[in-house]
Amino acid sequence: MSTVVETHNDQGHHGPPKGITRWLFTTNHKDIGTLYLWFSFLMLFIGGAMAMVVRAELFEPGLQIVQPEFFNQMNTNHGLIMVFGVIMPAFVGLANWMIPMQIGAPDMALPRLNNLSFWLLPMAFTVLISTLFMDAGGPNFGWTFYAPLSTTYAPETVTYFIFSVHIMGASSILGSINIITTILNMRAPGMTLMKMPLFVWSWLITAYLLIAVMPVLAGAVTMMLMDIHFGTSFFDAAGGGDPVLFQHVFWFFGHPEVYIMILPAFGIISHIIETFSRKPIFGYSSMVYALTSIAILSFVVWAHHMFTVGMPLAGELFFMYSTMLIAVPTGVKVFNWVATMFKGSITFETPMLFAIAFVALFTIGGFSGLMLAIVPADFQYHDTYFVVAHFHYVLVPGSLFGIMAGVYYWIPKWTGIMYDEILGKLHFWLSFISVNLTFFPMHFVGLAGMPRRYPDYALQFADFNAMATVGAFIFGFTQLLLLFIVIKAIRAGKKASSEVWEGTQDLGLEWTLKSPPPYHTFAVQPEVK
Amino acid sequence: MMHVLKATKKLNWLILLFLSTSIFSERSDYNMPMGVTEVSKDIFDLHMLIMWICVWIGVVVFGIMFWSLLKYRKSTGAVAAKFNDNFRLEIAWTILATLILVGMAIPSTKVMITAYDDREGDVNILVTGYQWKWHYKYLEDNISFFSMLTTSQEEIDNLIPKGEFYLTEVDEPLVIPINKRVRFLITGNDVIHSWWVPDFAVKQDAVPGFINTAWTYVSKTGIYRGACTELCGMKHAFMPVVVRAVEQEEYEAWVAEKIAFAEAERLLTDKLWTTDELIERGEGIYLKNCVACHQVNGQGLPPVFPSLDGSEIVMKNKTRNIEILMEGVRGGAMQSFANQLSEVDIASVITYTRQSWSNGKEGDGQIVEPKEILEFKNNTKL
Amino acid sequence: MKESKKTIRNLLLVVAGMFAFSFLLVPIYDVFCEITGLNGKVTGPSELSEIDIQTENQREILIQFVTHNNEYMPWTFKSKKTQLLIKTGVQQEVFFVFENTTDQDMVGQVIPSVSPGRGAEFFHKTECFCFERQTLLAGEKTELPVIFIVDPALPLEIGSLSLGYTLFDITNQVSKQQKVASL
Repeated sequence: MSTVVETHNDQGHHGPPKGITRWLFTTNHKDIGTLYLWFSFLMLFIGGAMAMVVRAELFEPGLQIVQPEFFNQMNTNHGLIMVFGVIMPAFVGLANWMIPMQIGAPDMALPRLNNLSFWLLPMAFTVLISTLFMDAGGPNFGWTFYAPLSTTYAPETVTYFIFSVHIMGASSILGSINIITTILNMRAPGMTLMKMPLFVWSWLITAYLLIAVMPVLAGAVTMMLMDIHFGTSFFDAAGGGDPVLFQHVFWFFGHPEVYIMILPAFGIISHIIETFSRKPIFGYSSMVYALTSIAILSFVVWAHHMFTVGMPLAGELFFMYSTMLIAVPTGVKVFNWVATMFKGSITFETPMLFAIAFVALFTIGGFSGLMLAIVPADFQYHDTYFVVAHFHYVLVPGSLFGIMAGVYYWIPKWTGIMYDEILGKLHFWLSFISVNLTFFPMHFVGLAGMPRRYPDYALQFADFNAMATVGAFIFGFTQLLLLFIVIKAIRAGKKASSEVWEGTQDLGLEWTLKSPPPYHTFAVQPEVK
Repeated sequence: MMHVLKATKKLNWLILLFLSTSIFSERSDYNMPMGVTEVSKDIFDLHMLIMWICVWIGVVVFGIMFWSLLKYRKSTGAVAAKFNDNFRLEIAWTILATLILVGMAIPSTKVMITAYDDREGDVNILVTGYQWKWHYKYLEDNISFFSMLTTSQEEIDNLIPKGEFYLTEVDEPLVIPINKRVRFLITGNDVIHSWWVPDFAVKQDAVPGFINTAWTYVSKTGIYRGACTELCGMKHAFMPVVVRAVEQEEYEAWVAEKIAFAEAERLLTDKLWTTDELIERGEGIYLKNCVACHQVNGQGLPPVFPSLDGSEIVMKNKTRNIEILMEGVRGGAMQSFANQLSEVDIASVITYTRQSWSNGKEGDGQIVEPKEILEFKNNTKL
Repeated sequence: MKESKKTIRNLLLVVAGMFAFSFLLVPIYDVFCEITGLNGKVTGPSELSEIDIQTENQREILIQFVTHNNEYMPWTFKSKKTQLLIKTGVQQEVFFVFENTTDQDMVGQVIPSVSPGRGAEFFHKTECFCFERQTLLAGEKTELPVIFIVDPALPLEIGSLSLGYTLFDITNQVSKQQKVASL
């Protein structure tokens, strides 16, 4: 990105090196943030293309475009890529760009490790995506890869899949160690924990979740590897093991993982609503406590993904109660965002539009989540499109809108150029309408009885499926508009001030820097009052 | 304030009325069915209760939000207030939220407890999920059969129009009596499947090596269609569940018929079949059980699914041909059919393949009588 | 930077600890299953002397026997009785027929599962073919017993117990293990 201004800064250091080596060897948090963001944007189009294949096949009943075996591969890889290749790296990219600037630190604690953490990802995804071109085909057992479908009955490429997951995990773990160390040890003097920006808080907690659960995922895939190649029977009943054990280990990782995918968005949304309501975020301490309680509770709800597996009554009731409980801190956050807007002075720039849509649509996802928590009702929802609707609401108009909101909010700071507001609003409205057109009908077909991971379906599900496909294609193509907007915001447009948005001077250290900021910032740490 | 409450009540009724025709009907394109058991009705009511509570919470919260967005716009002159917390308010809404959740948890727990019932069943059925069909075994009467999708490949491939029960029709539905407690013992043969009948609100995973239980008590005769709800490979979408609930007399007649049929099949094994009879029967068996891998034209999908047309074994090696059908191919995808098809069926389908395509002209043309299959079964091969 | 080193070291310990924890979940899960009868897992052989059988509270319950051959395992495997009305607290014996109908020697493993799961802890087996692998030569046929007692303390809400046995073909795994052992 030629956005970083190559002028001499205070210390008289020269700017970044030129050419491809800059990007291969950079240890600069801004560059690495940029790498993560571009990587995740590329993955968005790849994972999105796979979703288009899925939705194209589901446009009508019957098999028109792909066969079920390939459909299963598209489904599986769409999930893996979106979770591990889009949402997570994008948030890490935002973390890399913003955390040092927000806490007044010159860079991350371990800049070279930072570089490695990024470059592990293209390696991992090259391995994963290459399996699609191998004879045996890519992983076809769902992104949740339950045994024994993913062990005894998996294609031989499953070993590449396992290897790829290990590399992704390593990337996340190393990145999180870096983030925690940076936040705990490198804050500007005077910035106590309870003075930290909420985005920093959200990432501190997310990073702890990551180092706690990514190793468990590593354990699960290692056990898979051992069952497949070394004759063990972790998940094989014949040898005294249990396929259900896989589900417990996987979801022990899997549930905190979904909070990992939303917590940073919560942080971003708090900043944006505060800025565009021109009013301090309501209940800062509660917001911190809510983030913390959500993270802690996320460890004791995992079996709500397994209500039909044959658990005893007491177990099912326990997980129902603990899952319902998470609605409380999450609800508190929603109330606080609304209370911030209440009696504010609101303008509706693109970041704010995305933030408002986030609050409304993530909450809808939260409601379907609450319904799913009710065990007896879940017997009718589990593994149907109702679940698909739920998690897409919290991940797309939830996490993804949160990322886009953050990009619109901070890109003028990164590039020094205002993005095109009219195009931004167009992107927003097209995305907002199409995302609802795609995922709202899924609630209906799910309730009416359509299971998930089906390439073909009974006739009564046709109309809503057609609707969802149309919405999906509109949503997919709309993101090309975002690509155009981002490129434009790098190359040409109205200059952005340090503040970028009205009234940000006192909102955070990042707004005291020039737009774009120098390559190295806060070499001398400011005093925070 | 009162007029707001009144208006809300009116609105409530209007919405209910508008949606009631579809929401409360038995078959809806956008809601869960009420179903035909007490448990399914309880679950439906619970689902509607939770949903309405969520809708009303949403209306209040979004109402305040949208009102704020309208009223406190900078463009209309709103000036921001300075407050950024209110301890009492936060405690109040936290407690309120918790109370609402407790309020939801109570009926949920009640319904859950009624759904968990370990008493004995009047009828006990072992349900086994296979790739990609269901197997039902009635423990008291010792009848068992596979239940496979009958929707034709032509419909799936869009070559002919789709029937009304596209992807939800099977050759042998599960038949159960109404007004009797039916207990299901559910397990899996290979990977994890899941047995779901929405009208009974029964869904339990079919885990290989383990048995899960479920039960139902249906009070209305009818045909109830469900699905496999756990990704189990290629044909996950092609192994529906169909249950026929009938009056007790009809059920008993059906059981007797099934027992008689099994007995008749055993007798059929003894008679001598003509080549034409075997081919005719064999073709039907082939189309149902073999085309998925070996294709209608017998050419398979080598190397994974060998071609039968022109195969050395099918043309010249009857003994090995029988062995493969009876034992499967270890380490390969070919299953053993000894426990799935009767002796007559196996003899017929082998005969069909030995006589069809180019095999009839170029092979030894040997046919297989059901007696030979029985002999193979009884033979200790020492 | 010294502070940072300490943080990094602690975080790495957490990572290693959580990886180890994921493997610990395996025995934890087994123990949990035995205690709660989750998944119908039953414990290994019980010694008659260990079982505290009171003769009051005896009642009749129905035991059903269900067999399944995993993945078309070619043996014949069935119980001689599909169901039995028994008294709790009284030792029972049921025979199962095993026959290897192929022309190869094979090894099988039977995995038991009791339903409902919470009945599993009241189901005590003193002898069962499921405790060991069963080797049958080509064409061999045998009958093996399960000897069990159902504890009278079985909760009243449980009116019947289903004992499910799944037979797996482990011939390949066994020969692989023998190959490794002989190295």
